[in-house]
Amino acid sequence: MTDQSLVLLEHAKKSFGDTPVLKDLSLSVHKGEVVAVIGPSGGGKSTLLRCCTLLETLDAGRLAFGDLLVCEDGPDGRAVYGSKAVQKQAKERFGLVFQNFNLFPHYTVLKNITDAPLHVQKRPKDEVMTHARALLDKMGLAGKENMVPCELSGGQQQRVAIARALALNPDVLFFDEPTSALDPELTQDVLKVIRDLAAEHMTMVIVTHEMNFARDVADHIVFMDGGIIVEEGPAADLINNPKHERTRAFLSKYEQD
Amino acid sequence: MEFATMMELLGSGLVFTVQIFVITLVGSLPLGVLVAFGRMSRFKPIALITRFYISVMRGTPLMLQLMALAFGPYYLFGLQMGNDWKYWACSIGFIINYAAYFGEIYRGGIQSIPQGQYEAAAVLGYSRAQTFMKIILPQVIKRILPAMSNEIITLVKDTSLAFVLGVMEMFSQSKAIASSQASLLPYVLAGAIYWVFNFIVEIILTRIEKKLNYYHD
Repeated sequence: MTDQSLVLLEHAKKSFGDTPVLKDLSLSVHKGEVVAVIGPSGGGKSTLLRCCTLLETLDAGRLAFGDLLVCEDGPDGRAVYGSKAVQKQAKERFGLVFQNFNLFPHYTVLKNITDAPLHVQKRPKDEVMTHARALLDKMGLAGKENMVPCELSGGQQQRVAIARALALNPDVLFFDEPTSALDPELTQDVLKVIRDLAAEHMTMVIVTHEMNFARDVADHIVFMDGGIIVEEGPAADLINNPKHERTRAFLSKYEQD
Repeated sequence: MEFATMMELLGSGLVFTVQIFVITLVGSLPLGVLVAFGRMSRFKPIALITRFYISVMRGTPLMLQLMALAFGPYYLFGLQMGNDWKYWACSIGFIINYAAYFGEIYRGGIQSIPQGQYEAAAVLGYSRAQTFMKIILPQVIKRILPAMSNEIITLVKDTSLAFVLGVMEMFSQSKAIASSQASLLPYVLAGAIYWVFNFIVEIILTRIEKKLNYYHD
């Protein structure tokens, strides 16, 4: 099957206390597809990403990465997660890039990128080092191997974070507002790297407030509000001809800026 | 008494002082990690017991704690503990007292590490043990070093409390010489030696701090 979903989330429900954050939400991401998730703050975008990356557990629903089932509803209708081994396997299939990078400040750039491949995946050192240097090259960070994160600009740090996620050879990369913590002039460097990845058909799910970027790079855009997907569709369609009133209201705010 | 004899006696006391210092650090630095985890435990009884232990250790004089350990077994239970017991009581007393302080410093350090560090490690597949040992602990050490330095320097001076148990460390020695010679000079010398001791400790701690200064967060 060429059309197989790399990420399949079905009927996901999640509440914090009495507040429902995800209300029966389904999302499927195909190989090579770039999906942008947009919508107002508090609409559940981040929670969606955190549930997909196992930082939060779903109350109910089904989550699978390709043929690897991470959780599905048990007999009582509550999500039952697979064993630790299954979750560890799942973590090899995705990477996550955080809004505020979350690099390890005490590690050099190179160690940030190579430590998990070496000590979690236990891959051979030569191969990991070669791979890491190639990634740094690609991120425009050659020569920065031995610097520590605090010596880099925000844009450079975020590119290290992207390299760190890619170093584990994930099938899909999640981005949680990757440029929200950056100055405008640094934003472009990071967006360019993501564009390059899209050109290589890296499968990506990007939560973003950069509407132009979403329209240019994403194949598919999902507009989320109030814990549901209000509207989704091909990127240009959704941005240029939003069908839903809420989508239109949200997008018009961005056009004014 | 000749000056050289006096220094020799103080020197023999210094050996005990250094021993108490080293034994206390070797015992309480790791025990403090247990205390910190106990205090942060989600299992309520453990957290409460640890809190109570910390409260007693910090809330009563160390001198009293040493005396309770040394003489308690006999006065409370009629146990004859033998001649070496005072050394054991001294070591145990110092270790469990300092572990309480260290535990609280560790806890502060551990809780100051941003949640994002745990999340990044989790997403990259690190186990809980790996996350703590490789990602969290090294950052904690850097953050708590100034507070730890304070405690370690205090410990050098606190070793003098062992005099209540009749352990002949440097302060007991200076006291003994002072009363036999009717002179304050031994106290002055002991004071100078404590200061030199701490001066060396300060140099070492400053070096470690400098070494960890290669990054800031």
